[in-house]
Amino acid sequence: MSPLEIFYFLVSSAIFYAAPLIIVAIGGVFSERSGVVNIGLEGLMVIGAFTGIVFNLFFVDALGEFTPWVSLIIAMITGTLFSLLLAIAAVSFRADQVVTGVAINLLAIAVAIFLVKLIFQKGQTDIISVNFSQIRISFLRDIPIIGDMYWTSLLAIAIAFISWAVIYYTPFGLRLRAVGEHPAAADTMGVNVTKMRYVAVMISGALGGLGGAIYAQTISNDFGHATITGQGFMALAAMIFGKWHPLGAMGAALFFGFAQSLSIVGPSLPFFSEIPTVFLYILPYVLTILALAGFIGRASAPKASGTPYIKGNR
Amino acid sequence: MSNKAVNLLVPVLAVILGLLVGAIIMLVSGYNAIDGYAALWEGIFGDLYRVGETVRQITPYILAGLAVAFAFRAGLFNIGVEGQLIVGWFAAAYVGVAVELPKIIHLPLAILAAAAAGAFWGFIPGLLKAKFHVHEVIVTIMLNYIALHVVNALIEVVSGGSERTENIFASASLRSEFLAELTDFSRLHYGIIVALIMVIVMWFILDKTTTGFELKSVGFNQNASQYAGMKVDRNIILAMVISGAFAGIGGAMEALGTFEYVSSKAGFTGIGFDGIAVALLGMNTPLGVVFGATLFGSLQYGALNMPNAAGIPVEIVGIVTAVIIYFVAASYVIRLFIERVGRKKEAK
Repeated sequence: MSPLEIFYFLVSSAIFYAAPLIIVAIGGVFSERSGVVNIGLEGLMVIGAFTGIVFNLFFVDALGEFTPWVSLIIAMITGTLFSLLLAIAAVSFRADQVVTGVAINLLAIAVAIFLVKLIFQKGQTDIISVNFSQIRISFLRDIPIIGDMYWTSLLAIAIAFISWAVIYYTPFGLRLRAVGEHPAAADTMGVNVTKMRYVAVMISGALGGLGGAIYAQTISNDFGHATITGQGFMALAAMIFGKWHPLGAMGAALFFGFAQSLSIVGPSLPFFSEIPTVFLYILPYVLTILALAGFIGRASAPKASGTPYIKGNR
Repeated sequence: MSNKAVNLLVPVLAVILGLLVGAIIMLVSGYNAIDGYAALWEGIFGDLYRVGETVRQITPYILAGLAVAFAFRAGLFNIGVEGQLIVGWFAAAYVGVAVELPKIIHLPLAILAAAAAGAFWGFIPGLLKAKFHVHEVIVTIMLNYIALHVVNALIEVVSGGSERTENIFASASLRSEFLAELTDFSRLHYGIIVALIMVIVMWFILDKTTTGFELKSVGFNQNASQYAGMKVDRNIILAMVISGAFAGIGGAMEALGTFEYVSSKAGFTGIGFDGIAVALLGMNTPLGVVFGATLFGSLQYGALNMPNAAGIPVEIVGIVTAVIIYFVAASYVIRLFIERVGRKKEAK
């Protein structure tokens, strides 16, 4: 491969790997902007990946080429429903949000594998026959870099920009941020803190499910206990690294996607094959720690993030 | 109802709710819930061998629970027990393989190495929390993944490209012929004694030393502790280091007792995450942790019997565990419920 071809290849594969991360990280942005820490992103991805694959397998005969798309919608709905568990506990029950998130993660993987065994009588599903990598964007094919892109990558980028607009330029976004920074003040101004937080967590559920389903239908193509192993936490890392901003999260996710694609295609490339893959594996996590420690610009979470809002308390 | 009684009722009700949800899920999925729980019970207490294996399974849970509980007492949430346990597992196995020494030196050395590795893995988030005010939850989650990948890479280096190390030398082993014979040749090992000693160590540190008092004080109120002249930063780091050491020793139990080697892992062991449940159920006290670990260790091992005896996937126990953690986290509702019931009784 010529250097230019390597470059094109790396860029398109980085975006390809980053797409689910971008979407899930933005889900995290919505939730945390409203003041609910969402450690459960990993679990939401698991649920999304599971529903996406199972729906795809069962409806591929009826829906043909549209199957992966419909699967995405179903996964979003399931993700939303599942995220209600977090919303109820964190918002209504005043639970410790981090511990609840941990419970959500454990529950998701246990439920998903339980159902897989129930349906397929084995630990993992069959491989789907119609996935996203077969659906290329035909009219853009002649443009370098973009020509190699997948629909899912474009979807992720679109979601990032729409979320940015929603959070920073709409009344809804203003309320969302107010609830996460100073719920008491927002309450005084007539914003329904509980409702806003429910909506925000449900959006994160929808995006978490969507991201999981995209990951499953582009990268793994089946579902088992090892399908989602840490991508949700990587999305959480991207959210922090991107300073709780949708476009920042996208940038960070792209970078992580780049690191991930390097660890996969790296061994076949000159120079990168010299680096032990372990360094590429741990890169996103190390960078997140450095970012948090303030070595790469200070990042601070929304002020009320992690604390339940109890009316009348100051 | 007194506060203490409510504190005890919350975990009990959470466990009952967890088991209830598990039963409902089994029923809805077309399984017989009674058969399921009977198989679980049989899997835990069925015969001497199983009892031995159950106790063996409880051992690392005690240490993981202690690690989470210890950090909790100082106001820190250590989700990194999983990673600290993995580096401890590796360190112990490495010392076990690398040298051959008299048992009296080798075994303590291997355990110490595990404790040191875990302590170092806890030191990083402690330092970052104390000096840069970085939230320990995120750092420890990231460190879990770093531990997983780094240990996998190290195993490959140490074993010369293989996926697992050699077995450790007998001089570093916790294996006990006495305990094995007692339990119909299960893999029960001396680790359970190490774990119980550590329970006493935690109780001693927390309740009998000035350091323990300071740690608890920092956990209650950092500002007040600062004002009283305590070094809050130092205490935060110390709490994470000790917590990590407990977790590391938990890894040593697997390295020196159960498996006697370390192999590369595709995913987490789950022991560290269950440690959170163990600590929460045990209300972060040393004795409570023993009860919590007994419950989760038993559930975890007993579940292995469910597919064979009742055709039910082991994941049902994962669901039960998650539901228990969920309800302990959302204990506000349980407390509210207890209060209402209590009031009604009083009214009568």
